[in-house]
Amino acid sequence: MAKYPLRVLALVYLLFLLVLPVGLVIWRTFEHGLRPIIDTLTSDNATHAFAVTLSVAVWAVLANTLFGVVAALLLVRHRFPGKRLLSALIDLPLAVSPVVVGLALILVYGKFAPAGGWLERNGLQIIFSLPGMVLATIFVSLPLVVRAIVPVLEEMGDEQEQAAHTLGASRWQTFLRITIPGIRAALGYGVVLCLARALGEYGAVAVVSGRLVGQTQTATLFVEERYQNYDQTAAFTTASALALIAIVILLVTKLLRPKENA
Amino acid sequence: MSATAVQKPTGSGSAPGPAGPRVHRRRPPVGTALSLGTAVLYLSLIVLIPLAAVVWRSTEGGWDTFWRAVQTPDAWAALKLTVGASLVVAVINVVMGTVIAWVLVRDNFPGKSIVDTLIDLPFALPTIVAGLVLLALYGTSSPLHINLAYTRVSVGVALLFVTLPFVVRTVQPVLRELDRDMEQAAYSLGASPATTFRRIILPNLAPAMISGAGLAFTRAIAEYGSTNLLTGSIPFETQVSAVNIFGRIESDDTTSAAAISTVLLVVAFVVLIALDLFQRWSARRG
Amino acid sequence: MKLRTRVLAVSAALLLPGTALSACAGTADNSTSADGNGAVTLSLVAYSTPQAAYEALIAAYQKTDAGKNIKFTQSYGASGDQSRAVASGLKADIVAFSLEPDITRLVTAKLVDASWNSDQYKGMITDSVAVIGTRKGNPKNLKTWDDIAKPGVQVLTPNPFTSGGAKWNILAGYGAKSSKGKDAAAGAAYLDALFKNVPVQDNSGRASLQTFTSGKGDAFISYENEALFAQKNGQAVDYTVPDDTILIENPIAVTTNSAHPAEAKAFLDWLHTPAAQKIYAENGYRPVVKDAGGPSFPNPSGLFTISDLGGWSKVNKELFDPGNSVMASIEQKLGISTSAAPSPAASK
Repeated sequence: MAKYPLRVLALVYLLFLLVLPVGLVIWRTFEHGLRPIIDTLTSDNATHAFAVTLSVAVWAVLANTLFGVVAALLLVRHRFPGKRLLSALIDLPLAVSPVVVGLALILVYGKFAPAGGWLERNGLQIIFSLPGMVLATIFVSLPLVVRAIVPVLEEMGDEQEQAAHTLGASRWQTFLRITIPGIRAALGYGVVLCLARALGEYGAVAVVSGRLVGQTQTATLFVEERYQNYDQTAAFTTASALALIAIVILLVTKLLRPKENA
Repeated sequence: MSATAVQKPTGSGSAPGPAGPRVHRRRPPVGTALSLGTAVLYLSLIVLIPLAAVVWRSTEGGWDTFWRAVQTPDAWAALKLTVGASLVVAVINVVMGTVIAWVLVRDNFPGKSIVDTLIDLPFALPTIVAGLVLLALYGTSSPLHINLAYTRVSVGVALLFVTLPFVVRTVQPVLRELDRDMEQAAYSLGASPATTFRRIILPNLAPAMISGAGLAFTRAIAEYGSTNLLTGSIPFETQVSAVNIFGRIESDDTTSAAAISTVLLVVAFVVLIALDLFQRWSARRG
Repeated sequence: MKLRTRVLAVSAALLLPGTALSACAGTADNSTSADGNGAVTLSLVAYSTPQAAYEALIAAYQKTDAGKNIKFTQSYGASGDQSRAVASGLKADIVAFSLEPDITRLVTAKLVDASWNSDQYKGMITDSVAVIGTRKGNPKNLKTWDDIAKPGVQVLTPNPFTSGGAKWNILAGYGAKSSKGKDAAAGAAYLDALFKNVPVQDNSGRASLQTFTSGKGDAFISYENEALFAQKNGQAVDYTVPDDTILIENPIAVTTNSAHPAEAKAFLDWLHTPAAQKIYAENGYRPVVKDAGGPSFPNPSGLFTISDLGGWSKVNKELFDPGNSVMASIEQKLGISTSAAPSPAASK
């Protein structure tokens, strides 16, 4: 097979689509030295934005990890009618546009919706507040942990778990001592994927956020806002920071990725 | 743990069975029911009920209002652009994604593993950052003097960026597992590489290629964040549906936003269901 | 023991996110009330262009006696979007928008008192004027309303049906060419000719200006403060203040559901002091208070206001009604939809 032309084609494509754009932004960020970068990243607004992003992401990852483990065990180890339906429903968020996610949450948890209105009257504001952001982020990253664990759980088989039961271990003990260690790498992989998705969410939070600087303005919204205010330096710097975080996460997932057959 | 407490999972009211070690044992219904209930509750509160609310709101006012909302000139133009561009992008991805997967599996060169890792970057990169990096390289101040700002091509470029990993990652594992014997046999019988590819390899890759293309398509029609900056999101020219919907939400026009959203959802579901059916059909044939 | 641990685990799984969310919500709610050491937090929801001004104003206010213990949360976005957000539950103590109808929406929603504009400033905090912007050096010599309506000239202005602020631009041209509203036919004819020159209608004034700075068009219509902001941030634009142009009046108000009405009112009053108005002026806004100091602004000879044109209700009905109006027919001829759902406050 024509080896070199294919290699060149692939690499050139990746160069112009992926490497050059990202590289250029990182390059331009360092154009004026470290001072503007440090100024931007230590500015109040930027640090608040990253703090909001991180706290929202952590809650979302926590929730989706708990759900992910429960759901994966359900899908692989239990038998019940509608299992395929559940699996399909869990994958649903992957097909939904982030903007539609925001709309969907507003329609249920917004001030004028029955549920949202009741919650707000009783002191819990969801839309335009952190809970709404967390819900939106949970939505978009929901399937990631489940899908990472399921194949490994399936491959693992439940012989060890059965054996543990035969030897008298409780379900909880089996879960902690056999199941979790068995899926540890896949769980880590799923959690990191979920974290990456959560840190990078933009469209859904743009709809539900209210853009309260320091409270509901995430790093991604901060990039947008700085760009719109002609502050290219800050926009590029924050974008580069997010890009570098993404690259680091990629490297971590590479280490954790369940080994495919070589 | 006492060695006598063997069979019954404690206190969960399962049907008593014969004493003695058992290899295959049905999980007690309570465990399943509780987990299932929790999972379904979580899913409903966060995903299912809100999505149902979108579809519900879109039908407020009846079919007429629904279709009128979808067919308002800017919404319709956005839908056409979105679906059209996503189709084109899916096709390009089928070709380039397979090429890249091929190179990653069959070829070897220094730095290959770095390239392999980078393929997933569009998954991890926030879409607004994707938009910014594309704007830097292909916008008005492009150092390469390639200015795609405000053009339809820029919509394609943004979508290509975010859908890059899909076909590559579905084809790669299949290519890796491919049994080389048939290829060797074909070569030894005198077939050219092109024929071998067409007759032997391609049919094996086709399901993965189509699957990846379908995923890329559904991802592309939903895209929002990377399209705003480079394309300018000009109504009728470069505005994709997600941006159109966003504008409607901001204008408090939630009913028509819901209508257009429902159309997008239906298109995505149809594609995914078709994919699922196709996969099951080809698995049976395979 | 095993059942209990299982139940514990599941309850934890259910309750943890729940308590976490309420904890988060708790802190979010506390932010608009007094915290432990007596500091009050006021929430300012404003349109996007005065962000730099308000950041400076808040810093200055916090140096005064009245503002010493006041903390602020700020939110900036498109005027109409912010107004709708407040109507939908975004918490605010002070709201500052680009045009009056965005406040009127909140009056209708009972979030702003109907007497908000009964003071001597009629509720306004700053002014600006509509200007004609060009490339630096004005190479094509575009200075008047007639200049930009000439065939072959490309002008950028946002869509008035998605950007409430865009209405100012259109009213400026309309008012100038219709003898301040008296000759409606001439005004409509002008708008018709002008919009033949508009290749792209962005969703907001800022987006329109950014489309211009990225290379499209020969001229743009904008607010003076927007053009000044662009220049201040290194964008290569120039602008001319036409002789006949509209006075853009930006309203501000305190909300009825503010947790700290006294502190909010105090801040509002302070914003009317010469010291505060000077800060506005330094950021490109025309003060409403006389002799505030700071940079001076040119005075167009034919300056007119929205009341000269008959007020917002009349103008919204005749020019901007999405179903049937001057702009609606112009947009339809251009093939651009005007949003199908007119909102009660009729300002989009």
